[in-house]
Amino acid sequence: MFRLADRVTAWLLLLPALALLAAFTHWPALATLWHSVMSTPKKGRPARFVGLDNYRGMVEDEVFWQALWNNLIFAAGTIPLSIALAISMALWVNGRIAGRGFLRLAYFTPTVLPMIAVANIWLFFYTPQYGLLEQITHGLGLPSHNWLGDKHTVLGAMIVVAIWKEAGFFMIFYLAALQGISPSLAEAAALEGASRWQYFRRVLFPLLMPTTLFVLINALINSVRMVDHIFVMTRGGPDNASTLLLYYIYQVGFSFWDSGYAAALTVVVLILLGGVALFQFGFLERRTHYR
Amino acid sequence: MSTSAPPPPAFGISPVERGLETVGAWLLGLLWILPLAYAVWTAFHPSAFSTRFELGAPLTLQNFVNAWHAAPFARYFLNTMMLVTMVLAAQLVLGTLAAYALARFEFRGRDLVFALILLQLMVMPDVLIVENYATMNALGLRDTVLAIGLPYFASAFGIFLLRQTFKTVPRELDDAARVEGASGLQVLLKVYVPLARPVYLAYALVSVSYHWNNFLWPLIVSNSVETRPLTVGLQVFSSTDQGVDWSIITAATLMTSAPLLIGFLLFQRQFVQSFMRAGIR
Repeated sequence: MFRLADRVTAWLLLLPALALLAAFTHWPALATLWHSVMSTPKKGRPARFVGLDNYRGMVEDEVFWQALWNNLIFAAGTIPLSIALAISMALWVNGRIAGRGFLRLAYFTPTVLPMIAVANIWLFFYTPQYGLLEQITHGLGLPSHNWLGDKHTVLGAMIVVAIWKEAGFFMIFYLAALQGISPSLAEAAALEGASRWQYFRRVLFPLLMPTTLFVLINALINSVRMVDHIFVMTRGGPDNASTLLLYYIYQVGFSFWDSGYAAALTVVVLILLGGVALFQFGFLERRTHYR
Repeated sequence: MSTSAPPPPAFGISPVERGLETVGAWLLGLLWILPLAYAVWTAFHPSAFSTRFELGAPLTLQNFVNAWHAAPFARYFLNTMMLVTMVLAAQLVLGTLAAYALARFEFRGRDLVFALILLQLMVMPDVLIVENYATMNALGLRDTVLAIGLPYFASAFGIFLLRQTFKTVPRELDDAARVEGASGLQVLLKVYVPLARPVYLAYALVSVSYHWNNFLWPLIVSNSVETRPLTVGLQVFSSTDQGVDWSIITAATLMTSAPLLIGFLLFQRQFVQSFMRAGIR
């Protein structure tokens, strides 16, 4: 058996971190489940057990379905494009292109800037009449369009911002992976008469698969977590057309102060994240090996 | 980023193809830098030129002066500095201790503990805002800088990263130090921590930029000038003062991002390497 002194030391070393994790991750995750079946406490009326009432309300809540749907579109619009761009960026910056120092800088810069700050810039970008976008479309003789005020274009405008913010971040991981791939593979492929595209399809892309899956997990989590720009640019509007789940939780929890319903909504987010986790451990762990 | 020369061109690429690709890469690069360039233009010119692009437009710092006086940005800077320092210090200390236990001690339940820690990678404090707000309320910590940082003190990511690093330290070094009479904690400080220095740097850069930029949780728990970090301060400033013109808002925007941006420009290589190192597992 392991030495007693060692065991005690190990637990003492772990204690501070575990206590804080328990208090701010494990406990709130469990408490969310519990509070989602309770009513929201009001003055003189403590919370009581209401069973699945909050969830029943959710099924009938059109804003919830819209937020969920928006979030799916947001993820589907953001993830494939930012990953494709990230791969192109990494290939360019890793190759012998003119000015790759500048390009690397340009691609990566959005990653270090606060989302709340760049959202202000993008807001100005999209502003009707004065905004840069409007000036360009006006210069081309196109009609004026309120990108953030139209519920058909607002989510697309958000997706563009998210892609711009994330692609350079993902590029870094591809760059790291590309630098670990031996150039002799490319030489061998060229000798065999493969085209560059074939080399990418048959050799490079499969070799980058672990990176792609890692990036995919990050991108999925981010599509739930990334809501800062909504506060600045649209506040979920117009007509909830740009409301994402986490933003809706914020609204329900801290504008309407309906903590019971907010807990039920949080459970949905936790289930979604749990799905990502299952995907990672069930699918990823088998296919990629970590150091 | 490696300093090695780019790989030799293996495929017969025509000059036209190469040229097109360079143009594409540059177009994307310019597109990516455009919002920032636009903000710089607007912030450094009088508001009359905020959307008029003329070479002879006069330069000015007045927008920055106005923004600085329009809201307590000095205090916001101080709050953010305190927050970032506090979170990083706590993360490094707690992470080092926990990672050491997980990497070099054998005890029953170790794998379970590790799994429970990794859970935080999926269930981040960022989505548990409702419950954590209630906890802070109960602890009487609402509207304090401590409350903004507390949920992030124990970082699964940091523990994971350090554990991986500590595991690569040769056992012989550990044993040698112990033979010379060093205690467990001394071994940690004298052997493990110095060897993991690049990882600490990488983690520090990632953590600082994350918490400098964090918004939602600080928005919820902070409620006064004395606690608000820059991101929340900027949001309050640009959303309440409807009369404020764009030049001043962009100046404030650049101001709040400046330390990170300048740090990034100066230490570009380290930044990119850190994000790379922190991301590869």
